[in-house]
Amino acid sequence: MELLKLTDVSVGYEGKPVASHLSLTLHEGDYLCIVGENGAGKSTLMKTLLNLRAPIDGSIVFSDAIARNEIGYLPQQTQVQRDFPATVWEVVLSGCLNRSGLRPFYTKAQKQTAEDWIARLDITDLKKRSYRALSGGQQQRVLLARALCATKKLIVLDEPVAGLDPIVTADLYALIQRINRENGITVIMVSHDIGAALQYATHILQVSGDSNFFGTVEEYRQSELGKLFLGKAGEDHA
Amino acid sequence: MLEKLQMYFAYDFVKFALIVGVLVALCAALLGVTLVLKRYSMIGDGLSHMAFGAMTVAMLFSIAPIYLTLPVTILSAVLLLRGGGKLKGDAAVAMLSVSSLAMGYLLLNIFKSGSANLSGDVCSILFGSTSILTLKKSDVVLCAVLAAIVIFVFVFFYNKIFAVTFDESFARATGTQSSLYNLLLAVITAVVIVLSMNLVGALLISALIVFPALCAMRLFKSFRGVIISAAVISVCCALVGILISILYGTPVGSTIVAADLAVFLVCVIIDLCKGGRKA
Repeated sequence: MELLKLTDVSVGYEGKPVASHLSLTLHEGDYLCIVGENGAGKSTLMKTLLNLRAPIDGSIVFSDAIARNEIGYLPQQTQVQRDFPATVWEVVLSGCLNRSGLRPFYTKAQKQTAEDWIARLDITDLKKRSYRALSGGQQQRVLLARALCATKKLIVLDEPVAGLDPIVTADLYALIQRINRENGITVIMVSHDIGAALQYATHILQVSGDSNFFGTVEEYRQSELGKLFLGKAGEDHA
Repeated sequence: MLEKLQMYFAYDFVKFALIVGVLVALCAALLGVTLVLKRYSMIGDGLSHMAFGAMTVAMLFSIAPIYLTLPVTILSAVLLLRGGGKLKGDAAVAMLSVSSLAMGYLLLNIFKSGSANLSGDVCSILFGSTSILTLKKSDVVLCAVLAAIVIFVFVFFYNKIFAVTFDESFARATGTQSSLYNLLLAVITAVVIVLSMNLVGALLISALIVFPALCAMRLFKSFRGVIISAAVISVCCALVGILISILYGTPVGSTIVAADLAVFLVCVIIDLCKGGRKA
């Protein structure tokens, strides 16, 4: 089922587009990686999708199946969070807030949702621990659990593996893939890691100034733009 | 000493001072945790100086200060805490606070130079001095009502305040009205600051806001634990400070701050003994 459709969207700051003419269609269960060079507008596009800023041009249409407050989001960590006194349970539970309305406290069902995701992400033993004392990988799992509490259908991840070591990175990618396949949650991931993008994603959106690409991973491998970018990325790694 | 205390408790002004002291300390501690975590520790200082400026203007026109200080402080709080626009950050706070302090003092000097006790007036606004010991019943009622509103808002929106403090962009992206809650926080911050001016004066308000939060953050690892212990620490320090100042005739505001500082040092030592912040 169609979940999200972008038609000729331009995103940017104060009326100046950073990336323009973006079009894509996303279906339920897709796994989209947004790739591109630094400053190409990946993050700006993501913030626009999340309604944190308005698009400059074009239309972004979510299907009726998903409301604005049903999108999960894993942002990059902020300075404030590094010494924030909060337990893992408090952080994960705060993901349920978007469906609380004016109700001051969490319902049993919301608490159960949080419990379920904590168990699913294998962080039950961290539940009472202090968030600030966890390792980078554990913190990302906690924030992922919070993001999943906020959604049933779509999760947006902003460079989730930034700063993690290779083993933890592989674990997290595997986890995100399981959530995508087994729980049927659509994934949109902004990533620098083109290798992982090709390995795990079903669709690629490459944002690069005037020429963009959207299609399946296989189409991307065959495309001129994809070959160019993959070649360049290969050189960088060599 | 106990007899002396008992004697003092017979007086209304002592009871009033204790009631107001406890309420203000409680409110300041609740908000303080959020403000410290949002990196707005100096906002209390800045806003209280704005309130000082407003208070001097009120004195010139002989209107009851609170009718001017409250709206002015709320407006400044909204401007400073809104998180957008050009008036933002520590430089803006510093600029606004120091100019209203200077302008207030200047106005008083120009228009009230005939007044016998100008420096006394200024000193009591800045350091709280004895005004808490001269409270009328109506002051206490007003304070109690405002404090009740602040506490109610805080409890009712506790989960939202946590979410907006911990991660504003997540809250916004997932559909929480974070700008509304920021506005709410700004307004109750202003209310708390205007209330605290009675107790510790404009200069020492930051202490009421910052110390309990910092103490509690040393000792507890959960947000709820920090909030509750900050409130308890703050109330205890206010009580001890007021009692000592009544018994020994020390200035109220400074004594409360001294008590806060002492508790903070104890917390730092406990924290160091536990082996740092990894908990």
